[in-house]
Amino acid sequence: MHSESDAPTLSTEDLTLSYGGPNIVTKLGIVIPPGEITAIIGANGCGKSTLLRAMARLLRPVSGAVILDGEAINEQPTKAVARRLGLLPQAPRAPEGVIVSDLVRRGRYPHQKVFQQWSPRDEEACERAMRLTDMLKFEERPVDELSGGQRQRAWIAMALAQDTPLMLLDEPTTYLDIAHQIDVLELLKQLNANEGRTIVMVLHDLNLASRYANHLVAVADGGIVAEGVPGEVITSEIVERVFGLPTVVIEDPVTGSPLCVPAIS
Amino acid sequence: MTFAIAAPAANTAMIVTASLLGVFAALRLADVVPNRRFSFRIGPVSALIQSRVIVIGVAGLILAGTLLVIGLIVGDFPIGAWDALGEAFWARGGEFDFIVNTLRFPRVTVAILAGMCLGMSGAIFQALINNPLVSPDIIGVNTGAAVFAVLVLATGKNIGLLPVAAFGGALGAAAIIYLLAWKRGVSGSRLVLVGVGVQALLGAVITFITVRFPIERIAAAARWQAGSLFGVSWEDARTLTIGLLLLTPAAFVLTQRLRLLQLGDEAAAGLGIHVERDRLALIAVASGLAAVAVAVTGPLGFVALLVPHMVRLMVGQLTGGTLLLTAVGGGAFLLSADLIAQRLFAPTSLPAGVVTGAIGGPYFLFLLARYNRAL
Ligand SMILES: Nc1ncnc2c1ncn2[C@@H]1O[C@H](COP(=O)(O)OP(=O)(O)O)[C@@H](O)[C@H]1O
Ligand SMILES: [Mg+2]
Repeated sequence: MHSESDAPTLSTEDLTLSYGGPNIVTKLGIVIPPGEITAIIGANGCGKSTLLRAMARLLRPVSGAVILDGEAINEQPTKAVARRLGLLPQAPRAPEGVIVSDLVRRGRYPHQKVFQQWSPRDEEACERAMRLTDMLKFEERPVDELSGGQRQRAWIAMALAQDTPLMLLDEPTTYLDIAHQIDVLELLKQLNANEGRTIVMVLHDLNLASRYANHLVAVADGGIVAEGVPGEVITSEIVERVFGLPTVVIEDPVTGSPLCVPAIS
Repeated sequence: MTFAIAAPAANTAMIVTASLLGVFAALRLADVVPNRRFSFRIGPVSALIQSRVIVIGVAGLILAGTLLVIGLIVGDFPIGAWDALGEAFWARGGEFDFIVNTLRFPRVTVAILAGMCLGMSGAIFQALINNPLVSPDIIGVNTGAAVFAVLVLATGKNIGLLPVAAFGGALGAAAIIYLLAWKRGVSGSRLVLVGVGVQALLGAVITFITVRFPIERIAAAARWQAGSLFGVSWEDARTLTIGLLLLTPAAFVLTQRLRLLQLGDEAAAGLGIHVERDRLALIAVASGLAAVAVAVTGPLGFVALLVPHMVRLMVGQLTGGTLLLTAVGGGAFLLSADLIAQRLFAPTSLPAGVVTGAIGGPYFLFLLARYNRAL
């Protein structure tokens, strides 16, 4: 639904990241295709969350830059960035007793002012976010009393209420069973298809990543190993290079996307 | 004086029990009030308002007003309600001028204002650390104030210096603890741990001062440390008013960001706030509120801990509205505690801190047991 001029562009240039010690990511350049679903894959601890954090301006680069809409993201007012780009951190925690509708309302902050905290647009956005995530019936329930899948949907609802054309999600399916993983990914696919939202997510299930993303970025040793449509990225050579695991890649009988099977018996 | 202390042991127990029952009755009663949210919109101004916050806020204001009037009437020299009100508001300079306008009116006013400061300060710290067991003391506000206050009293320096010294000590200790807790940012748990360490150190300094100086001066220092509203003046009320006028709007604005900080640093930064800068601002504002109160009254235990906790049980999570409600609650609570402190052993009056502690301690233990899950 977003017009062309509205579609956000996000890229990195020679991005080098560290937490004060060794570099976690070195001179990485990546262009997020607007209006598509991008999945970042890679071994545990290879720097996926770090990269996502930097792309959401939570981590200042050692060198290089993250460019949002043509300008370095760290140079832009953070509240203005929050209207373009939303982030769902890995395993977020709501304070005890916070109810779902309250959590979702907090996502409206970037659109509010001190004396304008509940405009009709705020109300609509929250209602809509909870409807899309099927959370309306849990509106009054404390987030910490929900099941893992419901809790994740509550957080996604918060991110939706933020109403950004670009959403970054760090392992949105961890701790969920297979049915709930599919639930969440279907929701993201819908948001992408129906509203043209650009989605960037870290996923560690290769098969789900190739099923739901149009664009895959495989990361290892602080750099990009391969990038492109799932059919190009998910090959046994690349998977072995990224994860150090021999695999056989076959065709997913349902979607035709690549399906990766460990070659160890 | 001796009989006054011997006789009313039963009386004391009764009044403390009655206050506790009052507190729980208030919690129960609050549950009955509908907690609907409705949109408030006039032109560009809009807010989401909880009906329960409004109802309880109005009830709290009425309670505080009533207690204020009672505070003008009762005392060793009882004055009729009409005479007392007249003397305070429309016919000053009469027969009871000194008692009403120099002794009682400033005192009830200071109780309300100091309670407001402590209530809001506690609400901010509890939300910031995400723990209902904390209060401004964790950042050394009370101990820091005590070091300097005790020093002023023990060395026999000009007593007028006391509030200034206490205020400086309170903020100084808060700043030291904040800086020591800094390690690429400040986390709530590190703040608490560093706070405990620094306060132990400051406690040792206080002990050192008390053994070094003459005993009769130390007695005054001990009285100050109990927290009392004895002898407060309009000047104290003015100090508190200035503090509140400066800090309440800041606290109100920052509450929106505090609500995001509660979701964790990453989510908060993603929603567009400057995590460390806003956290520092919140700590500064909350410490400032507590410091003003401590400078005037000395450390008053449990007000900043109990009142925000009660308000959360009654209306739910921190919002701009509940912050203001906590201020009203703090005022009403401290004023009732001070009235009890004055009248319990009359004609001897207790420091208000003894009563806030006597109500706050058992209340809190009871809550710990009862709302185990919510803690
Ligand atoms: N806050 C941090 N401070 C220091 N090192 C960190 C921090 N977060 C992550 N790291 C380190 O950075 C590397 C990459 O971590 P991360 O980006 O979380 O990996 P992934 O998300 O791919 O599993 C790891 O070696 C990890 O130990
Ligand atoms: Mg990670």
